[in-house]
Parts: sequence; structure tokens; C-alpha cells
Amino acid sequence: MMAKLVYDETGRLLFTQEMREEYTILVPMMLPVHMTFLAKILKAQGFKVELLTSTSREIVNLGLQSVHNDTCYPALLVIGQMMEALESGKFDINKTALIITQTGGGCRASNYIHLLRKALKKRGWEHIPVISFNLAGMEKNPGFKFPIKVYFELVGTVVYGDIIMNLSNQTRPYEINPGETDALVDMWTQKLLDEGMSLRRLRWTLGRIAADFGAIPIKKEKKTKVGVVGEIYIKYAALGNNNLEAFLASENCEVVIPGLLDFIIFMGDHHLVDTRRYKIKYKKAAVSYLIKIVFSFFQKRLIGAVRRQGGFRVPADFRTIKSLAGDYVSDGNKMGEGWLLTGEMLELLHSGINNIICTQPFGCLPNHIVGKGMIRALRDGHPGANIVAIDYDPGATQTNQENRIKLMLAVARLANGI
Amino acid sequence: MRVGIDIGSTTVKVVVLDSDNHIVYKKYQRHHSKSRETAVKMLTQALESTGGGSITAALSGSAALSAAGISGLPFVQEVFATRVAVESLVGDVDAVVELGGEDAKILFITGGSEERMNGSCAGGTGAFIDQMASLLSLSLEELDRLSLEHLHIYNIASRCGVFAKSDIQPLLNQGAIKADIAASIYQSIVSQTIAGLAQGREIKGRVCFLGGPLTFLKGLRRRFVSTLELGDGAVFPENAEFFVAIGAALEGARGEPMDSADVLRRLSRANESDNKTGTLRPLFASEEEYAAFSRRHAQNGVPETDIDTYDGDAWLGIDAGSTTTKLVLIDENDRLLYSFYAPGKGDPLSALRGPLLKLLELCAGRITLRGAAVTGYGEELIQNAFNIDFGIVETTAHYYAAKKFDDNVDFIIDIGGQDMKCFKLRDGVVDSIMLNEACSSGCGSFIESFASALGYSVDAFARLGLFAKKPVNLGSRCTVFMNSSVKQAQNDGAGVDDISAGLSVSVVKNAVYKVIRAKNAAELGRSIVVQGGTFLNDSILRAFELEIGRDVTRPAIAGLMGAFGAALYAKSKAVGKSGLIGIEALRGFSRETKTTACGLCANGCKLTVNIFNGGKKYISGNRCGKPLGKKAEDLPDSYEFKKDLLLSYTPKPGSLGKIGLPLGLGMYELLPFWHTLLSELGFEVVHSGLSDRELYISGQHTIPSDTVCYPAKLMHGHIERLLEDRELTTVFFPCMPYNFDEGMGDNHYNCPVVAFYPELLAANVSGLKSIKYLAPYMAPHARSFPRLAAQYFHENFNIKKGTVKIAVQRAFEAYEDFKNKIYAFGDRALEFAETHNRRVIILAGRPYHTDPEVHHGVNRLLSSLGVVVISEDCLRPQAKMRLSVLNQWTYHSRLYAAAKFAAERPNVDLVQLISFGCGLDAITSDEVKDILENGGKIYTLIKIDEINNLGAAKIRLRSLLEAK
Repeated sequence: MMAKLVYDETGRLLFTQEMREEYTILVPMMLPVHMTFLAKILKAQGFKVELLTSTSREIVNLGLQSVHNDTCYPALLVIGQMMEALESGKFDINKTALIITQTGGGCRASNYIHLLRKALKKRGWEHIPVISFNLAGMEKNPGFKFPIKVYFELVGTVVYGDIIMNLSNQTRPYEINPGETDALVDMWTQKLLDEGMSLRRLRWTLGRIAADFGAIPIKKEKKTKVGVVGEIYIKYAALGNNNLEAFLASENCEVVIPGLLDFIIFMGDHHLVDTRRYKIKYKKAAVSYLIKIVFSFFQKRLIGAVRRQGGFRVPADFRTIKSLAGDYVSDGNKMGEGWLLTGEMLELLHSGINNIICTQPFGCLPNHIVGKGMIRALRDGHPGANIVAIDYDPGATQTNQENRIKLMLAVARLANGI
Repeated sequence: MRVGIDIGSTTVKVVVLDSDNHIVYKKYQRHHSKSRETAVKMLTQALESTGGGSITAALSGSAALSAAGISGLPFVQEVFATRVAVESLVGDVDAVVELGGEDAKILFITGGSEERMNGSCAGGTGAFIDQMASLLSLSLEELDRLSLEHLHIYNIASRCGVFAKSDIQPLLNQGAIKADIAASIYQSIVSQTIAGLAQGREIKGRVCFLGGPLTFLKGLRRRFVSTLELGDGAVFPENAEFFVAIGAALEGARGEPMDSADVLRRLSRANESDNKTGTLRPLFASEEEYAAFSRRHAQNGVPETDIDTYDGDAWLGIDAGSTTTKLVLIDENDRLLYSFYAPGKGDPLSALRGPLLKLLELCAGRITLRGAAVTGYGEELIQNAFNIDFGIVETTAHYYAAKKFDDNVDFIIDIGGQDMKCFKLRDGVVDSIMLNEACSSGCGSFIESFASALGYSVDAFARLGLFAKKPVNLGSRCTVFMNSSVKQAQNDGAGVDDISAGLSVSVVKNAVYKVIRAKNAAELGRSIVVQGGTFLNDSILRAFELEIGRDVTRPAIAGLMGAFGAALYAKSKAVGKSGLIGIEALRGFSRETKTTACGLCANGCKLTVNIFNGGKKYISGNRCGKPLGKKAEDLPDSYEFKKDLLLSYTPKPGSLGKIGLPLGLGMYELLPFWHTLLSELGFEVVHSGLSDRELYISGQHTIPSDTVCYPAKLMHGHIERLLEDRELTTVFFPCMPYNFDEGMGDNHYNCPVVAFYPELLAANVSGLKSIKYLAPYMAPHARSFPRLAAQYFHENFNIKKGTVKIAVQRAFEAYEDFKNKIYAFGDRALEFAETHNRRVIILAGRPYHTDPEVHHGVNRLLSSLGVVVISEDCLRPQAKMRLSVLNQWTYHSRLYAAAKFAAERPNVDLVQLISFGCGLDAITSDEVKDILENGGKIYTLIKIDEINNLGAAKIRLRSLLEAK
């Protein structure tokens, strides 16, 4: 028996307290470390959670069947992945819920959740509740509320996820004992899950993590450093970027991927920019401000831990990235990744990483401007810049993508004498 | 010795250099999809003729990627290899342009070196020329020779091969001269290369041209040199087709020498290795399964009568399709008397004349022609040339034919060479029509030209696929992407059988997911009839049945259904006696074709004039009735109204000097606002005027993203046009994330492109650096606007704040006034339709679709079909609607409201105009469709881009108007 279906005044199906107890929530995968934390936190709160890690080809097919085929690729994949899970028979259709992020803002990504609901309706599964996961307080659900402690844990998820991703990316290509980095990632993931992600001991814990990664014996070998920036899903999710990180590793590169913290601070910041720029009132300005302050604070902690450890590339903080971007795009440019994308490329260039892959779904609207649209200007300002824009799409061939990346790498190696 | 092997998408090149880097051996060969096998053979030959021994070797080329991985031989990226070779062999050049079978590349050597390859959406250069040659039934040499004789160049979309083909196909059917088409094909490649690759950098100085097509095709060379105005700067080095291989050999020489036998062994190993591309289930598991399938489909034959003995009345149907020409003659019992099916060879008139003459001779004396009808792309040309009684739209023809086979038919799908047409029927009435858009066109003819490129007939190629064990997954976006997927599959070693089956599945997926967009078979209908020549291919038919999970009816004359339907139509009209051209006139039939530019209005349409038998004239290429001497009926058309209204905002001299506004994107609606505001402040406000093709070309070299929408791309040209005015010192183009709040949605954003394109222009158009370019963030919807604007103009121009506040007030009034005029026009138009009993079509898009270069005259086409045209912004704001998507963009809220408006009124329909690449319309189009269909209306969309030709749009619109 499925739970009683309750709708809000706009006709949206709610995720109720009853569902919380009985339903399994399917979570699409994006960042492995972060998402593992997230799943664990939800489980600790009594939710049944399943991370969707399938990369089967059927995902694209189901995506094509479920949404308009010109919809952005991340929506097509995420929705395809959920449909695949629902059709797999592994889950009770009457006791399953879905969760999807909702960003808000003028990009069509704000519509993912609606497209997902449309896809469910088309398939006759309107009774499956969809939970919006967002920072802005959109679409509340009675069964999806947490004690304040959990919010701190969510902050911890981002901070710890970021530092583990950042440091492991810096040791993995150089480790003397193959597999050591990944073992340490697993060890810390487990440890943090077991100990709980207390923010009180955060500074100390970050230090220990940095020390542990710093202790991994590494070779002194010159590798091509490649920055990966772009649309958030395609940049992070292996399903979206045809295993880009693994490909770069096989090409003997060190991958540099900016963390999630910047994006979250950006989400808080851009609402404030509107209120400042146009003097318009924004109801949730206080929440935005809080997000910006809190995450900025912890970003400083993270940066401090990496810097103190020594030997690692230290990421720049949000404020620095924003000021770098300001020479090229205004901070009013805020849809999608907005100015942050340009800023991340600049941060890479300023820290000596000239080789950049700018990833996006085919036809990504904001990236026309802040990604591809800024490459010319970035090159003019930074003569060594070696940037390639790669589009991802159900029809684009991997050969084509890899061939273009190889061109970028050939130029990089020539410049570095590798 | 130094060996370089370049395995490209269509050819393999092997070069052997001696220790002084002199070429001692070279060979160039097409690999016909057997890239590795060919490479191994060619290497063997090379080693045999040069002696082998200790060598260095390296691979390069797009198809060598995985071969290099498996064999462990060094790989040199091809653009990089080109650079190495150019530096070594040519030396002093500024830039290199290299075209290959699939990829196009540009290298800038001087002034900051940079290497570029085309994006995924602009692939297929050489492969495209091959396809076009086969479409024109010419060899590459003939195509090239003809191109040198051209007199005239047509505008052909240069986005990609598929788009270009969509423009070429109708030209052929209008009777344009092949020489002109050949040169236009080349020109579109040149434009594509410049727009897609140069991206803001000028190609000038000494430019070296490389790659197969530029080596062998003189006409293509000539177009590049003249377009880039290179003169003596163009360098065509010897061995241009071998540069990548030479670069690989040079670069490979840095590695360790190996024994030649070892190199050969490694490469052979790559040849044997297995295919990694994703595979699909086989079409048929066994011979028995196929036999059962064949038996089932054998039941749908048509009764025939012997034309040699028949005595009585007959009706003629002709289908002049995009790639084939069909002709059918039926008797009074709808039995088949005669049929003919042949490739159109790019000249439907000549293709038809012979069979028609033969038919008339067969009929002479015994059989009386009671009527004739023609359908298809060549409809008007054929109708005029041969005096056919009726010209009918394809959907009508197909419906007549399908009904004959299955009285209960409720779904028809026709896949022809160029187009896919699907329609649902309810109670014998067309209920919804789905036609492919440009991106998914050309699937049928793609298989054909692909098969012939591999040296197979379509039949033989299709049969290969039936029992393929592991059909490859080739995706479904478009034929350019499919072609590229095929290369990857070949590169991974897939066989021709697996590719054949994979292509069939791709074409079907394209139809099901891109055109029909159905979730399940039940949605399609109970009785499905499939037709079109492409369905004669059993692989396609099977793939379709598998994909939708249902058996369908394929008439034995699937390829003739259009003509059959036309004949049935002619019969139903009962004219008494057909006016068809007589036997004598047909024997002496002559045609003369001329091209000319129409000078009757500013559009300057390029007209193709056909003169038949020295007298009767047929003019095509026109967008209105003027060149035909017809006085167009004066029906309300808001597109013309809005255009004229915008152009009435003219500059007034001002004390602060000239300021320029680029007329595009958001400016199309806000011109009255900014024009008034700035004029009031004391500026002489000029704008860049309407777009045209020349304007686009003038700005295309600074477009950084080739997949952005055409209206955005045009902005680069608008800036260039403003910069031509030497007196202009300031250009104003504000960034506006928010639009005005009309209270219809959950929010009132602009799309990211409209909102932020001004910043992109600043970063890419170098001319803007020499003037004052202002792109401030502004939010006129906010209450703070007067204050903030006052501050802004005070700071930038030292204007008194009070003055600005008054100007802002005037600007708001002007905007209100502008909007009200448009609303009032909408009211009048609706009233006119009511009193004159006319149908109304809401041609719904965006304000910037008012630009004639953006809508390409769709509004005029509609007017010529006798309907009243209004745009979505003619309707006054409505109350907020409940939708299943987030309604957060001002322009798009109007779409939903307009759809609701149309859904509620019997005489109003809605046609959605969508710019290619508009991501937001991926969301709006489905929602608009739902709203219309819930109101029992047919949803029609027209995708527009650079494509100039309205052929496909015309079919859609006529189908819509004839549906009910």
C-alpha cells in the first residue's frame, strides 16, 4: 500500500511524514565523496536512501524518451538515470521518492524538477513524490525537515568533501604506491561518517586530513596539470563527461577541479548582488547572507589547513575569485555558473595552470557567455592560456571529444617541455 | 627511416621519410570504412618498397586514436602534426587552414599561436561534399569543374552539412543551375570555416591550405582565396594531403627506433581487436524470424491492371520528392496501371519528362486521362512545366493513399529522403502533424549516399544489416553526428553489417524521439501505416517495429504512396478531362533557367526564373506575390506592423552627440524605451536597423559559440554596422537579467543570452575597444530604476539627475504607448478576422523574431495562404496560468498565454517559431504543445536559423491549414 497522497495548494504532491518512514529516496550521483556523505546523513535521520550509480546506456535512451531531446544533457541524464532505476524493478514504485537539486534563477536548470515531474506523469507515475533539494527554501515538504544539527552536517559534507577531493587529486597522480590515495579517501570517508561531521572539531579534523594526504609518498615527476571547469553536473559527474577524469589520468595528467564550496557561496552571493544592484527587496536575503557567511568562513578553514600542510596547491577563496572575474564579467552575470565560471578559469590561470577544459552540455545557454564567450578575452589577457571548450551530448562521440582534448594536451606538453 | 601514418575519417595516408626528412614513399587511399585493414595493407606495401629495417613510426588522424592505444605505437594529434609539418616544410606562414573528411582545423602561427578544430555541431566537411556530389549525381571532379563555371552564388546555411543540405534541396527542385549550386556549396563551407573556427581572429597574410578537399578541389580553393581576399598570400604546398602524415613521421622520429616487422605486427594487432562502441540487439535473431516478418509484410500488395490492354479512364499522380521522383497511373477501380520510381538526380523536370512521355505514348488512343495531381518539393515547378491539374500538399496525398490500405488507419509515418512526416488521424480527420525539423532531416538520403560511398546499393547495404550480430549504437541527434559516430565505430573496428543495422536503428530513433516524441506505442495509434521509400528497407522497417513494440502495415508500394495518393486525389476531384501537357509539346519540351535578383522591395529575393517551351514562365525563390505580378491581399500582419513601428523611431539631433543602439535581442522591444530615454537626455539616437545576410557575414568572424541562436549571432553584425558610422563614439547596450513583470508568470527573467550578450560582445568584438561601449546592468522593472538611472547618467555624462528622472518618465510612457499600439493592432486584427471570416494564426516567438532576417518571411508566407497573422505580444497580459513547468521568463509567459488563447478559439491557431539552439524552447515547446492539444488544436513548430528556405515551413503550414 502506498502512502496517502497529499498535495499543496498549487497541486504539488508532497513528501509526507508517512512517506519518510516507508519510502526509499533515490539520489542521482554527481560527486562521489560528497554524495556518499549526504546519503549517510539522510540515513542517520531515518530515511531510506539509494545512491544511483548506474552508467548503463539505457539511461540516455530513457532520458530521450522522457524529456525533450534538446533539453540540457544533465537533465536528460539525471532523469534518465531515475527512470532506469524505477524501471529496473529493484524498487517498489509505490514506495519510492525522488530527490533532485533545484537552483532557481534564470537558467533553464530551474526547470529540471518540473521536467522530472512531467516525465513521471508521461509514464503514469504521478504518485511518485519528488523532493526539491535546495538552499533557498523552495518547495517545502512536511516529511523532509531536519533538526538544526543536520544542517551543520550538510555544511560539513561540503567542506570535508571538498578537501578530500582537492587533496586526493593532488596526490593520486604522483603516489608511489598505487591505490594509496584512494584507500585514504575511503578511510577518511568512513571515519567521518563514523565520527559524525562535527563542525566544532572541523579545524582540527581538516588539519588531520591534510596531514594524512601530505604523508602519502609521492614521486617527483612533472605532469601536465589540467583544470576542469564548466557546468556543474558535466564538470563533476563521470556519467556526464564520459569519464573525463579517468581519461586525463590515463594521459598522464594531474586534474584540477574547483570545489563545490565556491558554487554554494556563489548561490548565496548572487541574490545579494541583485538586492544591492537594483535595490530590490529579496525575501530570503537573510538566508542568502547566512549561506555566504557560513560557507565563506569554512572555506577559509579549508584553505588554512591546506596552506599549513605545505606542498599542496592552495585554492583561492571566493572573494579572490570574484575579484579576478570582475575584470571580465560583472557579478550581475549570475545565471547558471555565471561569472564564477570565468572566475574559476582565471583562478587556474593565475595559479599557473594554463591548460583548461571548459565543459558544458551542448547548447548550454549561460556558457555561451561566461564559458566560450570569455575564452577569447582570457587568451588576450593570458598569452599562455590553452583552453578547449568541449560539448557533451547524447550524440557527441567520445573520439571527437578526446581528439580535441589531445590537441590541447599536445600544445600543453610542447609548452611545458614534457 | 621515419614512417608517418595518418588514418583519417575517409582516407589513409602513409609517408616514409629518410633521415634527411626527404619523402621516399607516399601513398593516399580511401579506406571505405575499413580504416585499419587499409592502414595495415598500406604499411606493408610501404615497408616492402622501402626495404623496412629499423624505423621510427607514429600514427595520427581521427581514426587512429584507438588503434594507437591498442598497438602501443606513438600517437600524434593531427593538428599538432600539421603544425610540425608546416614549420618544417613551408616555414614562413601566418595561418593554416586544413579541411579533412570530417574535421576542419585552423592554426594561427604568427601573432600568438593557436590551434582550433570545429565544434561537434559543425563537422563533416569532406563527407558533406561527397554527399552533395552524390545528391547532384556528379562525381567530385565534375562538381568541381562545374563550380568554376558558376554565375551566381546562393545563400546556403553554413552551420553544418545538414542545414546546408536543407537549403540546397529546394534549390534543386526549383530548377537552379548545378554550377551555381556547386559553387554555393563551396561557399557555405568557406563561411562555416570562417565563422566556426576563426572566432574573432582574422585569417590574413600568408595562409597555407592543406588536406584532401583543398588539394583536389580547385573550386573550393578559389572560394577560400576570394572570400578571404588573400591574393598572392595563399599557399598551396606540394603534398598538401600528406602533411599530417609527414608531421607524424617527423614527430615520431623523436621516439626510439623499432624493427619494422614489429611495427607491422603491432598495427595488425589493432586491426584484429574487437569493437568497443556500444552495441544494440540484432534486428533478427534467426532466418526464421526474418521469413515470418517477410511473409507478414507480403500481404499488402496492390491490384494491378495491364496498361497495354486496358481501355478506359485513368488518373495520374506525381510525387516529386526531395531525392526521388515517383509517378503512378490508376484506373477507375484504383488499380495500378503504371508506376515509375527513380532518383531525381537533382533535376526533377528532366527525371520526369522521359517517363511521362513514355506513359502518354502508352495511353495514346486507348486511355483517357481524367485528371492529374502533383505533390512534393517539386510540386510547383512540375505543375507549371507540365500543366498538371492539381498541386497538393504531401500530407494530403499520403493520407489519401494510406486510407486506401487501411480504412481504420490512425497513424501514418512517412520517411522520405529528406523529410519525415507523421500524422495522427481521428475519425478520418488529421488530428496532429509531426514533421522533422532541419536537424533531423536527410536521414533517408543519408543511408543512400552512405551505402553508395561504400560501394553498395541501398538494397544490398540494407540486407547486410538484417542479420548483423552486434548493431552499433550511433546516436540520434542528426546525420552529421551519426556520421561521426560511424567513424568512431569504424575506428573501433565495427563491420559494415553492424553499421548498416546501427544506421537503421538511428534513423528510426530519430523519427521516434525527435519527430514523433511518443512515449509508447499506444500513443501512436492502433493502425499504423508506414510509407516512403526508406521503409522499403527491411532493416528500417524492422527497427521501427522493434522500437515501438508493435506490428505495422507497409504497403508494397510504400515508395509510391505520395504519387498514389495524388492520383486518388485527382480522381476524387473529377475534372472531366485533364489539362496535362500533350504528347507533342512534351516531345519538344524545352526549358531555360535564369537567376536574377528581385528589385521590387528591400528584401532582394534571389529569383530563379524557368521559361518552358520558350514561353510560359515560372518564378521561384520569391517570398511574396510581387514578382509574379500578383497584388497581395492586404491582410493584417503584426510582423510587418511591428517592424514599421520600430523603424519610426528615428534619430533627432542632440547636443550630446550620437549614441548607437544595436537593434536585436531585447532591443527589439525596448527600442522605444531606450530611444526615448536617451533622446530626452540630449543624444542623437541611431540604431543599426534591420538585419540582413550581409550584416550577419560582417560580424560572423567574432562569434565565439557556434551553437548559440541566430538572433544572438546577428548582434555581432549589428555592432559592426554601428561601428561603420565614424561619428559614433558611444554604443549603448544594457545587460538586463530581468524583463518587465507582466504578472503572468512566477518570475520575469530574460533568458541568459538576452540578458548577458552585451558582455560577450565586449569580450569578443575588438572594434568596441576603440569607442565608448556601455553595457550597464539595468533593471527598469525595479522601483529604484529612476534613481539608479539618474546616478548612472550623471556619473557617465554629467547629466543633471532631475533631467534623467524626467527622461525616464518619458521612456516609460513611450514603452507603454508602443505596447498599447501593438495590443490595439492585435484587437483590430482579430476583429478583421471575425468580420471577414478569416483564420488567425498566432505566429508566436519572441519580439526579436520581428527581424526579417530572423523569420525569413514566414509571416508573408502565411499571409499568402490567406490568414491573418498576429504575434504573441499582440495579446494583452492575462491572469497567471497554472502550468506544469516553471513559468519564469517574461517572453515565454506570453507564449503560454497565447497558446491558451488559441486553444479556446475556433478560428485561431498557433504556430511556434523557434530559433535553433534556443534551450528555453526545449521547455516551452512541449508545454505549448500540451496546452494546444488539450484544446483540440494542432501544434505546429517552425525551427528557424540561418536557413533561408521556407520549403519545409510551407509544407507544415499548408498541412496545418488543410487539416481541418
